[in-house]
Amino acid sequence: MNIVKLSAAALVASVAFTGVAVARDQIQIAGSSTVLPYASIVAEAFGENSKHPTPVVEGGGSGAGRKKLCEGVGENTIDIANSSSRISKSDIETCAKNGVKDIQEVRIGYDGIVFASDIKGPKFAFTQADWHNAIAAKVLKGGKLVDNPNKTWKDVRADLPDQPILTFIPGTKHGTREVFDEKVIIDGCKENGTYEAQLAANNNDKAAATKACGAIRTDGVSVDIDGDYPETLARIDANKNGIGVFGLSFYQNNTDKLQVATMAGVTPSVETIAAGKYPVSRPLYFYVKNAHLDVIPGLQEYVEFFVSDDMAGPNGPLAAYGLVSDPELKKTQAAVKARTPMAPLK
Amino acid sequence: MTDMTVSSNAPMAPAQAKSLLTLDDRTRRRNAAERRFRMMGLVGVTIGIVALVFLLGSILSNGLSSFQQTYVRLDVFLDPARLDKAGTRDPAEIAKVTTFGYAPLIEKALADSMAAKGVQGEGISVKAAAELISKEAPADLRRYVLADPSAIGTTVTFDLLANGRIDGYYKGRVTMDSAQLDRNVSPQQLMLADRLKSAGILTTHFNWAFFTAPDSSDTRPESAGLGVAILGSAYMMIIVLVLSLPLGVATSIYLEEFAPQNRWTDLIEVNIANLAAVPSVVFGILGLAAFINFAGLPQSAPVVGGLVLTLMTLPTIIIATRAAFKSVPPSIRDAALGVGASKMQAIFHHVLPLAMPGILTGTIIGLARALGETAPLLLIGMVAFVRDYPAGPPEGFFDPASALPVQVYNWTQRGDPAFIERASGAIIVLLVFLILMNLSAIILRRRYERRW
Repeated sequence: MNIVKLSAAALVASVAFTGVAVARDQIQIAGSSTVLPYASIVAEAFGENSKHPTPVVEGGGSGAGRKKLCEGVGENTIDIANSSSRISKSDIETCAKNGVKDIQEVRIGYDGIVFASDIKGPKFAFTQADWHNAIAAKVLKGGKLVDNPNKTWKDVRADLPDQPILTFIPGTKHGTREVFDEKVIIDGCKENGTYEAQLAANNNDKAAATKACGAIRTDGVSVDIDGDYPETLARIDANKNGIGVFGLSFYQNNTDKLQVATMAGVTPSVETIAAGKYPVSRPLYFYVKNAHLDVIPGLQEYVEFFVSDDMAGPNGPLAAYGLVSDPELKKTQAAVKARTPMAPLK
Repeated sequence: MTDMTVSSNAPMAPAQAKSLLTLDDRTRRRNAAERRFRMMGLVGVTIGIVALVFLLGSILSNGLSSFQQTYVRLDVFLDPARLDKAGTRDPAEIAKVTTFGYAPLIEKALADSMAAKGVQGEGISVKAAAELISKEAPADLRRYVLADPSAIGTTVTFDLLANGRIDGYYKGRVTMDSAQLDRNVSPQQLMLADRLKSAGILTTHFNWAFFTAPDSSDTRPESAGLGVAILGSAYMMIIVLVLSLPLGVATSIYLEEFAPQNRWTDLIEVNIANLAAVPSVVFGILGLAAFINFAGLPQSAPVVGGLVLTLMTLPTIIIATRAAFKSVPPSIRDAALGVGASKMQAIFHHVLPLAMPGILTGTIIGLARALGETAPLLLIGMVAFVRDYPAGPPEGFFDPASALPVQVYNWTQRGDPAFIERASGAIIVLLVFLILMNLSAIILRRRYERRW
């Protein structure tokens, strides 16, 4: 009869499990895989130096994190969403519909997007126009829009190395891709005059021209990487002609394998990005559910600790890891103390 | 008729006259076909073995080094002027000193040790020398002091972790050439490490912390360990075992022995067989909807992971149990019923014990599959950075935890190359657990299985 007793006990146990409302005492965070390393560095230091437990930090992507944040208020929803792009209007509407009203937007700093190739290969000095000419679906050739015929970087611009074009760019689910499209491909399109031609071809419809500008060629020259940066690095390792798109911090941890290209004459570094000289950078954010601030122990302390000078300042561990610290950090610190919810998006 | 048989036999006669030792075309073709089939089998097996050797070789060559770790042995003076300015030894006061306050003590201890052992700095600043030591070290010190405030004012010998790059240097991952290009370490620092090693300050020994320490952030791969992941996996396996074994066995007994054979039971059977083949990630979606969103269980908790894996394991156990029941000969049941046992007595006293080895084998194989599962855990928030150990059961079932395969996945996503070694080490640990489980399944079967 042992089995019968055991199974009865198990059933009772499972019912008991589902009936328990568990008070959560650790902070739950989810979102961007770009912000994840920074958030885990802060979480680790927070756990070590405060009386609160170490927050649990999940990846999953910016969009997924914001969606989770907007699921509602309560202990089985997350407290903070990390995001490498700004929250959208539709996110805020979803939030409001589910009762998540006050959200704090906290900008933690800036992240550079760098272009790097195998360390033993030739050096590259790119402009955004080069990238558009190399991997856009349609380029301008002799005043006409044609399917991209360029095979080597030398075809793109005569003083670039004679190396076949092969690029590894982030897949469309990554927040990095959005920035890459906007600040490299579209800007490059405007720079090399293709935008004007696209405008003419699309009857002056600006949205359609921008969309056509951002189309990437599909003949295998540019490869979308859906995984994370280690996968891009492995691809470059296997094919030395490849040029990959990385976050600055990843590059800085792998300087023995990768060499970085300049963009528009500027070498990416924490200094050039902070000075606003390097063109391909973006702000990183996290979003806090204000309704949880006095419910989840330590949440307010964590948020303040994250943006403190010890952590996010120019000499803190985040900057050492590759985050470009925000020159307006003082403002953020004050806003976080006052728990200022974000203003409606324009 | 006789004439016809004779005439039809006539052409066969010469063939029979041929020696059996010389093969005719047909036989030769048949033999060739058999040889080809054998060859294909052999080639297939060889490719399999080569692939396995390659896989194991790459995991072992990458991962074995994670069981060794480089440490720096230092005598650290726990300076009361820094750690307890008021001199009250009040734990609340001492807790106010953060890990930033402990770092200078280590710097000083390293400088003192180098001076005592006669190790030359050769132009390396104290700060650069202190970079040889992990960023985890101040946290170690702080934990030690908070656990025992009376140690303040004394000198204690610590085995502090060396920085991941220094550790990588002794494992062949970092070389002088790569250090030249690496912004996180310089060749001068590596040479200093060599001098420290010959002075006996730098030592390498077995890395127990790999099995007990929690995960760590990207800046200190040297301190990352599997402690939380092993605990989380163990908790989930307990839940899976406690829930799925009784439920699965009870279901099988009912379906196999009591349920009438009709359309409904047929439908249930087809569904169970189907569920066994459903991709595991589907169970994750179900778990998210049912256990977290509806029942309100916490995210990232082993209890939810265990429940999801239970759902995944149940069909496997039911199928194995039913097969075990079928293999018990009907004569056992008949004999029990014949001497007056009730149906339930016949099953629980006679059939179930005989079917037990088969049931346990199926259960262990189901558990082994559950242990290696990542996809459903992705959806219930267990693929996360978790640093605090869950409490002891049963409360610990509700605390956030990681799991072994999740830890492997997490570490392969990190930027620092040292995490690749850790990930391979975690794979080795996971494989050892799986081999142990499968081995125990084989032993159980060999020992207790009865054939009729």
